[in-house]
Amino acid sequence: MIQTALDIEAIRKDFPILKREVNGKPLVYLDNAATSQTPQQVIDVIVDYYQNYNANIHRGVHSLSQEATDKYELARQKIQRHFNAAKSKEIIFTSGTTHAINLVANGFTSLLEKGDEVLVSAMEHHSNIVPWQMLCERSGAVLKVIPMNNEGELRIDLYREMLTSKTKLVFCNHVSNALGTINPVKEMIAAAHNIGAAVLIDGAQAAPHIKTDLQELDVDFYTASAHKMCGPTGVGILYGKEEWLNTLPPYQGGGEMIEEVTFEKSTYAGLPHKFEAGTPNICGGIAFGAAIDYLNSVGLDLIEKYEHELLEYATEQLLSIEGLKIYGTAKQKTSVISFNIQGIHPYDIGAILDKLGIAVRTGHHCAQPVMDFFSIPGTVRASFSFYNTKDEVDSLVAGVNKARQMLV
Amino acid sequence: MTIKEIQEEIVDEFSLFEDWMQRYEYMIELGKSLPLIDEQFKTEDNIIKGCQSKVWVHAELKDDKLYFTADSDAIITKGIIAILIRVFSGQPPRDIIDADTDFIDEIGLKEHLSPTRANGLVSMIKQLKLYAVAYQTQLN
Repeated sequence: MIQTALDIEAIRKDFPILKREVNGKPLVYLDNAATSQTPQQVIDVIVDYYQNYNANIHRGVHSLSQEATDKYELARQKIQRHFNAAKSKEIIFTSGTTHAINLVANGFTSLLEKGDEVLVSAMEHHSNIVPWQMLCERSGAVLKVIPMNNEGELRIDLYREMLTSKTKLVFCNHVSNALGTINPVKEMIAAAHNIGAAVLIDGAQAAPHIKTDLQELDVDFYTASAHKMCGPTGVGILYGKEEWLNTLPPYQGGGEMIEEVTFEKSTYAGLPHKFEAGTPNICGGIAFGAAIDYLNSVGLDLIEKYEHELLEYATEQLLSIEGLKIYGTAKQKTSVISFNIQGIHPYDIGAILDKLGIAVRTGHHCAQPVMDFFSIPGTVRASFSFYNTKDEVDSLVAGVNKARQMLV
Repeated sequence: MTIKEIQEEIVDEFSLFEDWMQRYEYMIELGKSLPLIDEQFKTEDNIIKGCQSKVWVHAELKDDKLYFTADSDAIITKGIIAILIRVFSGQPPRDIIDADTDFIDEIGLKEHLSPTRANGLVSMIKQLKLYAVAYQTQLN
């Protein structure tokens, strides 16, 4: 029995989906790095929105609109407090992390000159590589890659050498989706600021597991997605320091983001509306706030501690399987285990685990450069959340053993 | 045998299995016994896109019949290919074009038919049929 202050059985009751069966077996959901499950408390908020106060926000004089606006803005404040941003207008609602990154990458087009350098880490998700490649194509800037070592840790020594007066922007994930590595972002941000570069940290994989204080990090931009934090899909945030958000031009034109419009010229609304063109995902934003409430009611510090215990237990158990190799063995990790078994394709293991009701991710995890680094086609990735149990780890290990026995 | 007859034979074989595990074990066996494709045909051009595992297919026309060889780096995928090759290889291109693949549902592998399924069984069938269309044009 893992020693923890969390009442896992009670927590599991909050998640209706965990009761279902898949292929005749109880669901063992270990694909949390792709998307997390949704507790009843958040589902209730979504239902309540559509049943009781569905209305467009920020523009109606009628009561429903006012109610929806209040709840939406309250969610923004909850998110601000959760991440300890200085001001709620520094929180921009987006459709998710990819949207948030594209917003910043697009905004930097006019701020970069030919020959400027943008640094990205070697362990990025495709969504974190392509927007910067596009930015560099538009601006003539050069994209450089911060290397990693065989454990899947960034080479901070080399990173420091790469920072020069040409460096204008550094981009890195807080936690790697493929390897689970927690990057030393505070140190990286400080080093970048020393030479005057801005830093965007993708917090999509960190936010569900680690309490983050944006002011303490002193980060310029930070992103998160609700659906990895027990919230719904299609909503996320971009945090930006006020001065940076004022500097960046608007990303999309439309309603909501303007102050005055004539056919000659439009003036833009202030923050955060300048970046929130069109009707947003109102229900999603409110539910994101509810998801943050839920995570805090469980306690992110307890979540972090429990998930670390699960990680250690699962690592130990999986390594007892003959021929199993784990990719990503950083000292600082979240509860993600990417692995392969010698001589077996990850797809085959995933297909058999699915038949056993165990949901894992297989493939390159949208991080082909990471797979190329290790010279593998992909991995099996098991990612644990605080509602997973040691028994589920045992099911995974039994499933992988079964797959190995069938496939070797 | 015609495509239909081979499909019926496969359906009969699979009906003996009691559960998914036996079906998968059989597919894994089929995958292991799939004749190797000539290394020279394992080129980038012969890779079927849309598969999480790599799949190579080569086609050759002999006496107006189309013969396939294939390989994959994943064994279950190889098993699926082995079944498809048994059904389609050595058949006239016209028959391959006209054939339906309902038997896949009947042998309990329907989940592999979903277009979003990463192993791309759908892409595989499409590729075999594309070869048939190409060679049929030659025959016309």
